[in-house]
Amino acid sequence: MAELRYDDIEVGAELPSLHAEPITRLTLALYCGASGDHNPIHVDSDFAHAAGMDDVFAHGMLGMAYLARVVTGWVPQRAIRALSTRFVAITHVGDRITCSGSVVEKLAGRQLRVTLTAADQAGVVKLAGEAIVELS
Amino acid sequence: MIDRRYIGHALPAFTVSVEAGRLRFFAKATGNVDPVYIDEAAARDAGHPQLPVPPTFFFCLEMDQPNPAAMRELLGIDYRRLLHGEQHFRYHAMAYAGDSLRFEPRVADIYDKKGGALEFVRRETTVTNQHGALVAELTCVTVVRHG
Repeated sequence: MAELRYDDIEVGAELPSLHAEPITRLTLALYCGASGDHNPIHVDSDFAHAAGMDDVFAHGMLGMAYLARVVTGWVPQRAIRALSTRFVAITHVGDRITCSGSVVEKLAGRQLRVTLTAADQAGVVKLAGEAIVELS
Repeated sequence: MIDRRYIGHALPAFTVSVEAGRLRFFAKATGNVDPVYIDEAAARDAGHPQLPVPPTFFFCLEMDQPNPAAMRELLGIDYRRLLHGEQHFRYHAMAYAGDSLRFEPRVADIYDKKGGALEFVRRETTVTNQHGALVAELTCVTVVRHG
């Protein structure tokens, strides 16, 4: 992919959005193993029920990995200076997560501030994030 | 209430190795089909010496420490009351499969809101590589629900 240049980007530019596969129990089992986050609340429905939850639910960091994919699908990873998110709401089994991003500010040092959002099929925001990228 | 004397407390430092197979597994688990994160040849074509550590995987490596419950145990937190509130990364250098990364975490702050119904612990971790170069800084905000 041709690398983007700072001078070519305008405030308001949209990043290519990401449509994740619907969250399944397999999704959560794979993320449990790959991430090393073995908290049973995400994979063991008996445990989740005992903890007062209706069901297992997704790791917040799975959603953040999707946000990161929005950025690395747009610029090379070495351009990323910062990535952050607030975990706003729980992502449930069956949710179809869409992640979007847009450039909100051009900063000094050829850096851009990008807002990132992960939302479900009803538009409910799950993660509200931000990235700083530095371009040539 | 979590004892505020732990503000500034250094947690045990540790070193973890970055394994290529684990990075491929993480790519699969996060639906990432970008060959840069899966295929060494594609990574090299993109200018990387090995498979790169993707942006959020530093958090996973931080969980690979000998005692992932070190902070909870120190602060006496019941993990059933824990929520991940915020996560922040600052990046200074790329990291790759084969790297040996040293994590140095500390309890940066403990504070509460809503009259103590919610307590927050901010952990800050610096990550350096085998050459002593600063790679990343992580900030994890944990929320502890009371009542």
